[in-house]
Amino acid sequence: MKIKADTGVCVGAGMCALTAPEVFDQSEEDGTVVLLQPEPPASREAAARRAVQLCPSGALSLEE
Amino acid sequence: MTEATPGLMTYTTARERPFDPPDELTRAREELPIHRMIYADGHEGWLITGWALARAVLAHPSFSTRPELLHPPIQQRLINLQEIRKQPGFFLRMDPPEHTRFRRLLTGQFTVRRMKQLEPRIAQITEDRLDAMEREGGPLDLVQSFALPIPSLVICELLGVPYDDRERFHADSAVMLNLQSTPEQIRAAIDDLLDYLRALIKRKRAEPTDDLLGGLVEGGELDDEELAGVGLLLLVAGHETTANMLGLGTFALLTNPRQLAAVRDDPAVVENAVEELLRYLTIIHIGPMRTALEDVDLDGHLIRAGEVVTIAAAVANRDPEKFGDSETLDVTRSAHGHLTFGHGVHQCLGQQLARTEMRIAYPALLRRFPGLRLAVPPQDVPMRSDMSIYGVHRLPVTW
Repeated sequence: MKIKADTGVCVGAGMCALTAPEVFDQSEEDGTVVLLQPEPPASREAAARRAVQLCPSGALSLEE
Repeated sequence: MTEATPGLMTYTTARERPFDPPDELTRAREELPIHRMIYADGHEGWLITGWALARAVLAHPSFSTRPELLHPPIQQRLINLQEIRKQPGFFLRMDPPEHTRFRRLLTGQFTVRRMKQLEPRIAQITEDRLDAMEREGGPLDLVQSFALPIPSLVICELLGVPYDDRERFHADSAVMLNLQSTPEQIRAAIDDLLDYLRALIKRKRAEPTDDLLGGLVEGGELDDEELAGVGLLLLVAGHETTANMLGLGTFALLTNPRQLAAVRDDPAVVENAVEELLRYLTIIHIGPMRTALEDVDLDGHLIRAGEVVTIAAAVANRDPEKFGDSETLDVTRSAHGHLTFGHGVHQCLGQQLARTEMRIAYPALLRRFPGLRLAVPPQDVPMRSDMSIYGVHRLPVTW
């Protein structure tokens, strides 16, 4: 699984950092998504997938 | 609702039971996820009652929040919107890219990590209020003693607004959110709060302060009028919403003792409990509303450019296709994906702050007063059906 993040679309709601904090963080400056693990290990795939689903702005997408 | 035109709904905020959305809206969702709806000015638009369609509209770039495009689902609501739309900086009612410019200046202040750093301070504020309650003794009004002061103190410290001025902004926001207020009353309340914020910003320009508004002043991106608009939005949204969740949420737990016991006794439940209370209670009980900027096909329904869509978030959050046994309050379920903070680019900027406040305040209250109970019969608790944010006006409790 590979995650793509578009910081131009991101609105900094923080749902990803809340849901999968090992995979996603937020920039100190403007709160937009920072991808910590673009290819998360199997143990974090479920949380990462949920974070992508919960993203309000459509900034996150999955490449299986 | 309307009896004249079969199949054409009207909107309602009148509830049969304190924690459940209006039965007519629930019945509408049970029939279909989308309905034609007649608005207070005669506009024939739409009503969305299903969760999936609601989410699709909120994420769709062809739907606008600009107030001049809206029609009022209920009469009073239009007045409020018309007044507020004139204020620069009120970015809740802007579309991208204008909206993006304001939101980007603020999102760094409301990140998950920033809110985590606030936890000790919020816990201290909460303990102080609980100490004060203990000194005062029951019965007392939980709204005035606990639910309103905690988020007010927190947002005041965050923004850099003196808490001693709370009577002024509490009174103004109560008028702004009251569905029965006249246009003149709303205009006066908005002007008063803006005047207050303009003076505050002027002081911060003269003497820089280390807080959110002080930082925006120093940043130099916004002029004073835009800063006042941003301040108005954050101050009102920052205390009214969480205050009502704390008041109504406590009421709901007090009438569901097993759920209450779980929140009090099991720290592992608190995270889910907060999401479930947000879902189950959905204090945003009018809208959100959007207007189609172009023709949009929505699940086989053609929404024409200019037509308004009102989302009944409270019934969408009870959609069994998404939430299973959705009419039951179950603090152990995973209620993620609820629409109480909205969805799309306008999803609540302060949601991580609200979560942090609730995760601290509910268990702290229930642990300090294990014998907490209503001091009046439940049917005597005055409900905020007359306000644009739902909740309780007062919650008399004792212990």
